[in-house]
Amino acid sequence: MSPAAGSLDWKALQPANVMARITFIQKDGTERVVEAEPGMTVMEAAVKNSIPGIAAECGGACACATCHVYVEEAWRETTGQPEQMEEDMLDFAFDVRPASRLSCQIKVTEALDGLVVRIPEKQF
Amino acid sequence: MTEDVIKTDVVIIGGGPIGLFAVFELGLVDIKAHVIDILDRPGGQCAELYPEKPIYDVPGLTVVTGQELTDRLMEQIKPFNPTFHFNQRVESLERRDGSFLLTTDMGAKFECKVVVIAAGGGSFTPKRPPLPGIEAYEGKSVFYSVRKMENFRDRDVLIVGGGDSALDWSLNLEPIAKSLTLVHRRSEFRAAPASVQKMFDLVESGNISFKLGQVTELHGENGQLTSVTVKAPDGSTFEQPVEVMLPFFGLTMKLGPVADWGLNLDENLIPVDTEKFETSEKGIFAIGDINTYPGKLKLILSGFHESALMAQQAHKYVYPDKKLVFQYTTSSTSLQKKLGVK
Repeated sequence: MSPAAGSLDWKALQPANVMARITFIQKDGTERVVEAEPGMTVMEAAVKNSIPGIAAECGGACACATCHVYVEEAWRETTGQPEQMEEDMLDFAFDVRPASRLSCQIKVTEALDGLVVRIPEKQF
Repeated sequence: MTEDVIKTDVVIIGGGPIGLFAVFELGLVDIKAHVIDILDRPGGQCAELYPEKPIYDVPGLTVVTGQELTDRLMEQIKPFNPTFHFNQRVESLERRDGSFLLTTDMGAKFECKVVVIAAGGGSFTPKRPPLPGIEAYEGKSVFYSVRKMENFRDRDVLIVGGGDSALDWSLNLEPIAKSLTLVHRRSEFRAAPASVQKMFDLVESGNISFKLGQVTELHGENGQLTSVTVKAPDGSTFEQPVEVMLPFFGLTMKLGPVADWGLNLDENLIPVDTEKFETSEKGIFAIGDINTYPGKLKLILSGFHESALMAQQAHKYVYPDKKLVFQYTTSSTSLQKKLGVK
């Protein structure tokens, strides 16, 4: 029994879509954890779960800066740095910090399971 | 200011894809339209938010960008020769006996039998930085656009932002302002490289002062700014004396004056019927993203359908004595004549 089990490809037996849990923290400290499917963006996960403070006016075209979030320090390396277009669009955001990202530009992956982002006080 | 009243069958409020296609559908039933839009060009969100982004669900076009769709619609409606009025927003709607009088913020007046609201997510308006107390300064010492350059003569002007508006106005106002300070959060700019170069040349020659940072507080009295607090990238703060401030943080969509026209609203959307897409008031239609009805989907294709049905009813108001016979563009000689293909 045990040798056979050892040869099983456990990875293949896992469900195809492992959900990533993302925590959104509001300015007042309220936290919400949502499950996001890898491939979607953090903005989409927020909108799908009606997270307040993510306006996403342009629907994810990186054209409005109303899905601005601050990525929690521990997750900044994993989420990476904004690309040129996103950095440009962050000029339209308010109170931009080194941890600032546009959540429509963060793709959810299994590696982001546990991600924590904070929502700014105002998105304009 | 325009004193003359423009008389027309229909005024379409909004020059996005749906407003443009409404020109087409109205044109097929011999209705002439004027189109009013707050932006300086047609296309609405397609032109402003995603000119380069692909749209995959316009029937018949596997993929089309926002700009391409706009260009194609402009080409398609050419035979109907609509008149565009850009850079203005319809402020008021008055009911007259059997007609409507619309007035824009530029003072243009339109008298029409039918109003078609195709205003999408609302009117594009400059973003207001969420700085505490900014409302009190707006229109007095904080401005989101330059209507008259003279108002900035011999003033200490502060411009905030890194895009084309910020750079263009820095360059244009520098010669007449007493002092011009540009504040931007980083040393890279989105604006056209040539403008950025010119700006840095003027910084070099001491004519423009450029400071890195973000404005965090406003100081002044009775609507008159005296200084702002700026937070530098290193976290330190400094006070910047200023008389007038121009923040340029892009545009956002606001329903705007439509809310005050006495139409029924449902959470900033205009409820319509699904036969004619008419609002709670006869002769006023709402099509595209701005309307709502059971099952509504905010899709461009839905707006196209809505504009076709709207045109059927608009015909009844514009030509109450004429009977409209449904025809296909493929086979109708008269429609093909209107399209200029016969």
